[in-house]
Amino acid sequence: MVNAPAGPGPAAVVDAALAATMAAICGAGNVITDPQQLRTYECDGLTAHRCSPGLVVLPRSAEQTAAVVRACALRGIPFIARGSGTGLSGGALPRADGVLIVMSKMRSIIRIDPASRRAIVEPGVTNLAVSKAAEPYGLFYAPDPSSQVVCSVGGNVAENSGGAHCLKHGFTVNHVTGLQIVTPDGELTWLGDGTGAAPGYDLVGAFTGSEGTLGIVTKIVVRLTPIPEAVTTLLAAFTTMGAGGAAVSAIIGAGILPGAIEMMDALAIEAAEAAVNCRYPAGAGAVLVVELDGPAGDVAAQTEAVRAICTAEGAYEIRAAADAAERAAIWTGRKSAFAAVGRISPAYIVQDGVVPRTALPAVLDRISQLSAEHGIRVANVFHAGDGNLHPLVLFDDAIAGEQEKAEKLSGMILDLCIEHGGSITGEHGVGVDKSRYMPRMFGPDDLDTMQLLRCAFDPRSLCNPGKVFPTPRLCGEVPGVRHAPHPLVEAGVVDQF
Amino acid sequence: MTTDDRPAELADACATVAAATPADAVGGVPARYVAAPQSTAEAATLLAAAARLGLTVVPRGSGSRLDWGGRPASCDLIVDTGRLDQVVEHAAGDLVVTVQAGVRLDQLATVLASAGQRLALDPPPAPGSAAGTVGGVIATGAAGPLRYRYGTPRDLLIGMTVVRADGTIARSGGKVVKNVAGYDLGKLFAGSCGTLGLITEATFRLHPLPEKSSWISAAWADAAPAAAAVQAIAASPLTPAAIELGWPSAAAPITVSVLLEGDEASVGERAGRLEDLLTRGAAAVTERHGPAQADADRGPAGDVAAADPSRVARPPSADRGPAGTLVRVAFWAGQLEAVLGSIRSAAAANGLDPAIGGSAAAGVLDVVLPEDASAGAAAGFVSAVRASVQAAGADRLPPAAGSAVVVCAPPAVRQAVDMWGPVPSLPLMRAVKQQFDPDHRMAPGRFAGGI
Repeated sequence: MVNAPAGPGPAAVVDAALAATMAAICGAGNVITDPQQLRTYECDGLTAHRCSPGLVVLPRSAEQTAAVVRACALRGIPFIARGSGTGLSGGALPRADGVLIVMSKMRSIIRIDPASRRAIVEPGVTNLAVSKAAEPYGLFYAPDPSSQVVCSVGGNVAENSGGAHCLKHGFTVNHVTGLQIVTPDGELTWLGDGTGAAPGYDLVGAFTGSEGTLGIVTKIVVRLTPIPEAVTTLLAAFTTMGAGGAAVSAIIGAGILPGAIEMMDALAIEAAEAAVNCRYPAGAGAVLVVELDGPAGDVAAQTEAVRAICTAEGAYEIRAAADAAERAAIWTGRKSAFAAVGRISPAYIVQDGVVPRTALPAVLDRISQLSAEHGIRVANVFHAGDGNLHPLVLFDDAIAGEQEKAEKLSGMILDLCIEHGGSITGEHGVGVDKSRYMPRMFGPDDLDTMQLLRCAFDPRSLCNPGKVFPTPRLCGEVPGVRHAPHPLVEAGVVDQF
Repeated sequence: MTTDDRPAELADACATVAAATPADAVGGVPARYVAAPQSTAEAATLLAAAARLGLTVVPRGSGSRLDWGGRPASCDLIVDTGRLDQVVEHAAGDLVVTVQAGVRLDQLATVLASAGQRLALDPPPAPGSAAGTVGGVIATGAAGPLRYRYGTPRDLLIGMTVVRADGTIARSGGKVVKNVAGYDLGKLFAGSCGTLGLITEATFRLHPLPEKSSWISAAWADAAPAAAAVQAIAASPLTPAAIELGWPSAAAPITVSVLLEGDEASVGERAGRLEDLLTRGAAAVTERHGPAQADADRGPAGDVAAADPSRVARPPSADRGPAGTLVRVAFWAGQLEAVLGSIRSAAAANGLDPAIGGSAAAGVLDVVLPEDASAGAAAGFVSAVRASVQAAGADRLPPAAGSAVVVCAPPAVRQAVDMWGPVPSLPLMRAVKQQFDPDHRMAPGRFAGGI
C-alpha cells in the first residue's frame, strides 16, 4: 500500500456507537466504557506513564479478536493489545483515542503434544501455567521472566521475553515455532507451522519482539523442553562487587554455562531483606546466585567447580540448596528485588541495559561513581552471565527535582551501555519508555529499514502506534524528503524527539 | 542507457567489476557482470549503482548452495562476497564474534577453535564444494546435526549488517546476546535467499568447544522401533547435541546416531546410559557402535571425524550427486514414524527408492532422489509427500503441520514440480518483499511464491 493514509482517519472517534459494535462482537459484558473501570487499565508495569483508554474490549476468541480489529481498522481507530499488563516499557500504554484489546480472557491451553515437544496456547495463558501443564509429561517451557506467575505468553511474544535462565536456554523467539495472528487490517493468518522449519521468510522470528506493533497474537505454538534431570542452586557471598564479577568471569571462562547466574549488590540485598527476609549472608557486598541444570553427573561436577571458583575469588559463604524449598528461598531474594526497593525508597526507575559481560566491572564502577557524583542511590541487580543490568535508580518523588535527576542519571547509564557496545534494552522492550534512546543506538537508516517491516504489516499505523520508534515512517515515502511537519506530529498523534 | 554505460557506472562504484563467464550462470541463467566489493561501503555504492541501472542482483558466497531455491528470473549482476573475508572482531571473553559475510565456515571454525570456541553450526558440505560462507549459510538457513541442540543460523545470530536493494546500509541487533531493541531483521533475513538484500556482516553468539564428542549409533530393520528410539532419546535428560537418522534405502537398516558432547567423564557416563536406553528394545537392535569405536578426533574445522564414518547416520544430502533432487521435509517430531512411512510409500508409488536422513528429532528429514529419477516420478513423489506431511494438525491447528520443499533439482524436475509448495502467510511475505525491494531486483524468482 503506497502512500496509504497513516494514523486515525476522519471518522475516528471512540464513541457509544463503537462500543455497541464491540458489544455485538464480544458480548456487552466484555466491553468496558465506565470511566472508573477504564482507569484501572491506564498503565501497565511502567506506572510512570498513564492514559485511560477510550474503550476496553475483552475478546474470548481469535475470531472475536479479528472482528474487533476489523471494526477499528474500518474506522481508522488505533488499537493496542494488552496481556497481563506487567510490561515494564509501556508497551500496553493505552490511548485516549484508541481501543485497548485485553487478551486475558483467552487463556486456554489448547493442546499439549509431548511426543513433538510442542504446546498450542492462547495468548492470555500465564507463562508459568505452560510449564505447570507440561510438567506431567516431563517437560517445561524454558523462557522464565521473573513475573512468570502473572505475565502472559502473548506478552512474552510481543517483548521476546527472557528471564533468568535465558542465557543457557534461550529467549521466547527460540521457543516459539508458530503464531496465529490478527493482522492490523483484521485478518486471521498463521505465521510458521509449528515445526520451526517452515518455508518462506521467518515471520515468526520477525514478529516476536515487535512489541505489539505488527498485529495481535491469538494462538502460540511453543517449544517444550525436557525438564533437566538435576538442578543445583548456589548462593555465594562476596565482600565486593569486583570479587563477585571476577567469579562470574572465571565460571564462564571455565567453559561452564550455568542455567542462571545472577548478581545483587549491597543496596539491592538490603531491600530484599526488608521485603522478604531472605536472610542472605550478612555483610555481603555482592551475592551471586548460580543455578546449574542438566544430567545429574554434569551438575555434580559443575557444582564442585563453581564452589571452587567462588572460594578462589574470595567468597566467604557458599550455600547450596538441598531441596526445592531451599532453592525457592534462595531465589526469593533475587525475584523480589524490584518490588523490594519500594521498601527503601519512595520511588525508583528500573533500567534494562546490557553490556558485554567483560565490560561489567568497568560499567559497575562507573555507575557507582555516577551515583556518588549525583547523590542518587542505585541498587544493582543483574543477569551477570549475559551482562543484562537492572540498575534501580532510587529517588524521593516528594522532593522537587529528584525525579528529573533520577531520569537524567538513568539516561547516562543507558549511554554508558551503548558506549560499551551494549543495548538499551535486554528484555523489557523499548515501548514508550526508551524510544527516545533508539537514535543513540541505531542510525536513521537502521531505524528506517526496521520500519519497512512495520509498513508491510501496518501501513496505516493503527496497531500500537507511537511505540518503539521515535519517528514513525510514512509508508511509501521517500526517506529524507520532507518539507512539512510530519503529518502524525501535526495531527497530535505522536511526539517527535 | 546503452550497454556501454553499465560497466562504467558499475566500475566507478566497485573496484572489481568484470564481465561474467558461463561458469557464473545461476540455475542455468547466464549472468552479465560479477563484482566483489571489499567492504560494506563499497557494496552499498555498488548496489546503489545497480539500482540506478535497474539491474537484477544475485548475491553469491562460495557458491556451494547457489543451486538451492528457484532459478532467478534474471541475473544481471552477481555480487560475490569473496573479498568480504575478515573476522572483524572475536570477543572471546564474551563468546561473541563479528564476521564479514564472505568468511567461510571452516575458516571461521579454525579462528574460533584457537580460543577453544565454536559457532555451533554444522551444515554438511555441499557435494564437491567448498564450505559455505557465513552470508550464504544465513541466507539459505543451512544447518546440520547440531540444530537439535543449538538451532539454525537465526538462533545463533545476534546482529547483522545488510545493504538494501537501493544501496542503503542498515544494522540491526548488536554485539550482545540479550538485546530486544528494535525489530530483529536478522531473523527476517535468515533463510531469505538474497531476496531482501545483501548480508555483509553478521555477529554470532559462540559456545565453548567441548572437550569430547562421541557418536553412538544403533540400527534397526524397521521404522517403528527406530522412531520410538528417537522419541525416547529426545525425551531423556541426557542432553544430546544431535539425534540423526539415516535410511539409505527401503531394504537397508535404519540407523539412529546420537552425538554426546562435554567433558570426558560426562560423555562417558551419558554414553553408558544412552546405550542402556537403546538396548531396552534389545531384540530390535541389530548393530551398535559405542563410543570406543566412534570417538571423534575433533579436527580444526570442528567437524566430527568418526573412527568409522560409515556407521554414523549421515545426512544424505552429503552424497547427492550434482543432478540429484533434494527434498526437505519438515514435520512435528512426534509424527516421525508416520512421516517415514509416508515417504516410503510415496516413493514406492512412483518407482523410487531414495535415501532418507537428517535431524529426525528436530522434525527435519532430507530425501535425495537419484539423478536418474524421471521428472514425472519426482513430481508425483513430492506431491504425495507434501499432501501427507502438510495435513492439518488436530482441529486444524495449525492448518498445515509440515512442509516438503524441493531445495534443489535438475532442470527437468524443476519444470515439473512446484518447488516450494503452499507457504503460510504468503501475502504478508509479498508485502515484506515489496517494502524491502519494491523493484523486485534482488534474486527475483528464487523464493517462495515466485518472490
